[in-house]
Amino acid sequence: MQVQLRDPNKIMKLSRLGSFHQSKLSFLRSFLEEFKEWNFKRDLFDLDKEGYGTVIYSLKKNERTYSLICFANRINNKERSDRVIATKWDAAFTLHDGIPTKHDIERLRGEVPLQEVGRLSYKELTLSRANRSVRVFDHVVKSLSNGNQPDLSILDKVGYLYRTTAVYGSGKFGLADRFRIKNREEINGPFRLEMMLVYLVRQFTFDQVNHIAKCIDPNKSVSLDTDICKNLGIGNSTGLGMAPFIVNHPTLLNNWIYTREIALKKIREIKNVKSEDYNLFIKCVRNSIKNITSWNTESEYQLKKIKSLLSNIKKFLEFADNNFNSKIEYTFNKIYLWLEKETCEETIEYIVSIMMEPYDNIVKPLTKQMSSEEEKYFNIPTNRTVEELRNIIEERYPDILKINFKEKKNYQNFWFISKNKEEPRYADRFNENGSELEQPLAIARDIKELHDELITCKDSLTIDKFLAKNSDLRHVIRRAFIIEKFPYSEIQDNTIGKNVVPIDMLRLKLSFFGALKFDPRSDKWLRICMFQGAPLPHNLKNYNSQWVYNP
Amino acid sequence: MKSLSEIETISKRASRAVGFSWGISEEVGRNMKLLELFSLKGIKHLNEYFKQRSNEKFENLNLISENNKSSKLPYCPIILGVSFLDQIKTLEKFNKIKFYNIAFPLLFLPFLSRSSEIIGKKINFKFDDKEFVLNHNVNILSNLPMDDCPITAQNSEIIFIANEDNFTNQEWKNLYKLSENTFVDETDSLKKGAAGAGLTDND
Repeated sequence: MQVQLRDPNKIMKLSRLGSFHQSKLSFLRSFLEEFKEWNFKRDLFDLDKEGYGTVIYSLKKNERTYSLICFANRINNKERSDRVIATKWDAAFTLHDGIPTKHDIERLRGEVPLQEVGRLSYKELTLSRANRSVRVFDHVVKSLSNGNQPDLSILDKVGYLYRTTAVYGSGKFGLADRFRIKNREEINGPFRLEMMLVYLVRQFTFDQVNHIAKCIDPNKSVSLDTDICKNLGIGNSTGLGMAPFIVNHPTLLNNWIYTREIALKKIREIKNVKSEDYNLFIKCVRNSIKNITSWNTESEYQLKKIKSLLSNIKKFLEFADNNFNSKIEYTFNKIYLWLEKETCEETIEYIVSIMMEPYDNIVKPLTKQMSSEEEKYFNIPTNRTVEELRNIIEERYPDILKINFKEKKNYQNFWFISKNKEEPRYADRFNENGSELEQPLAIARDIKELHDELITCKDSLTIDKFLAKNSDLRHVIRRAFIIEKFPYSEIQDNTIGKNVVPIDMLRLKLSFFGALKFDPRSDKWLRICMFQGAPLPHNLKNYNSQWVYNP
Repeated sequence: MKSLSEIETISKRASRAVGFSWGISEEVGRNMKLLELFSLKGIKHLNEYFKQRSNEKFENLNLISENNKSSKLPYCPIILGVSFLDQIKTLEKFNKIKFYNIAFPLLFLPFLSRSSEIIGKKINFKFDDKEFVLNHNVNILSNLPMDDCPITAQNSEIIFIANEDNFTNQEWKNLYKLSENTFVDETDSLKKGAAGAGLTDND
């Protein structure tokens, strides 16, 4: 039986993309898989009794070493802010390519804590900073120094000791350009070095609390229990900076979604599902309920989604236990069709993610196809005709062409870059200044405008001639030829409409990172948790790959 | 040192700020990355060009022919480059293309370089006594010192170099003959046993 790939016009809607969940394809999971054979080492631990100073960790295999350099700094409580406007953080980190020299460490000590206003070199790969979750951090230190393990109910509410507020890579602030490292086999998945940084930062947070507790009372103190460590991740506060990324990298976006769709298609096409695979799938769904019930948020928007997800997962398990014969052919296809009929987008995508758990043979090869050689698709095929371009648009953007951009509500907002922080922002066009400096992220509106222009031209006119008179549409002409080859490269929605929820765009990207427990703090930023439940570095060689769903 | 990613982003935004469309600004960003990667002074020339643009006018050539003579003003190298890139499949049919008075010809080079990759032919770009060979977007050769590109090209011509060998037949034969010294003369036994396909594969 041949299952069709799901329709991009349905899957690439913001509400659907904003319902995506982590899976085996997610970057933090494929990072762990790739690096499980590497040797982890703490190379330097130079903290004072209050936990300030320098720490270096490394991952090494054969001749290759990656080193995380951590600078823990004293800041007062008033200076601590998760917002991107902050200028000081509890700790700052960089991932260095190789083993840093003393000179490198001194150079970086002056730059890394400055973050965006510091300068890095081609020897550094990623850059980040993080703040303590003060309440949890202080509680853990106090408990450990008194010889006790912390109160789990306090830890469960937050899920981490530190929260990063940005992770930079790919040439930002002088960091190494991707072209320098893209041919390394171990980093052939997207964001792998960003994942490495976050993973090693997590270990730093445990070592730091243990160290401070021991300095407070060397005789009485205990170390944080490793099972508790395992259930702590790293938090992250994420704002709009991520949203333009998925618009600006269409072939990359396509490859992420396409691999997910291919995985689902292949799983639905399995005729005889082995009982152990089905049982593993059901076990993961059952265990995952803990992830849902421990998902804390004050966002009404998210609470509603969680409530619906929980009731639908229970409904699915009830169906699987009592009304479903798992021995029938094409088991997962039947389950998928049932989900489409009986549940919501959030549940469908949640279960689709879990369907991948038994199938390393399908997923692993796909993780190597999630990067993109974007340069290859940059040139516009200008010998093509207006008719061809118009056909592509009509076929690939059917719903976008129905949007009436003469109505104010459909172009209410605009994307811009803030002068203060050089970061993307989103505002109401009619209430705020600056819309004349709008970024080219209103793809739906511009595609519609392109289509309107094309229908006034002769079919046989070639694109080079069309471009000579329509230079302002060049950016969307490029995109239309990209979507012809990459059907999942475009969000099939209006990104400037009145009712857009920008965090749907963030959630899409974060799900591919492998984030858990999305906690929207407004419609423009959210908190997440990464690596919660993941193996610790010294247990990497032999870990349970279903760690996300371990109760 | 600035990363190529920073060079691309800032050049793109600056191009937009001086009035180019976003699509053309994307092209400029890509080009600056290319020039700087090849150690050519892209950022310097872009800077100077944008400064001049604020006081002077330039001619936009949207449709290129064999002989292109600007009215009075020098050609804008960016619009000229975009037109060249877009029309390359048509232009390749000409033996030679002439331009009179291109401003900041260095900024025109990456468009030629990318065009060379599209048509799979090297491109020769000459003006006055200066000469560049654009080699399939892999490298740019020049008889100029790297930091010495003039800011105008008065009489320039472009030639598409046919895909031909860069050496004589005799030179090739000499090398081939030497290479034969690495081969083994086949005995009857080797002929029978050493080839994977065997002797009956045409039966």
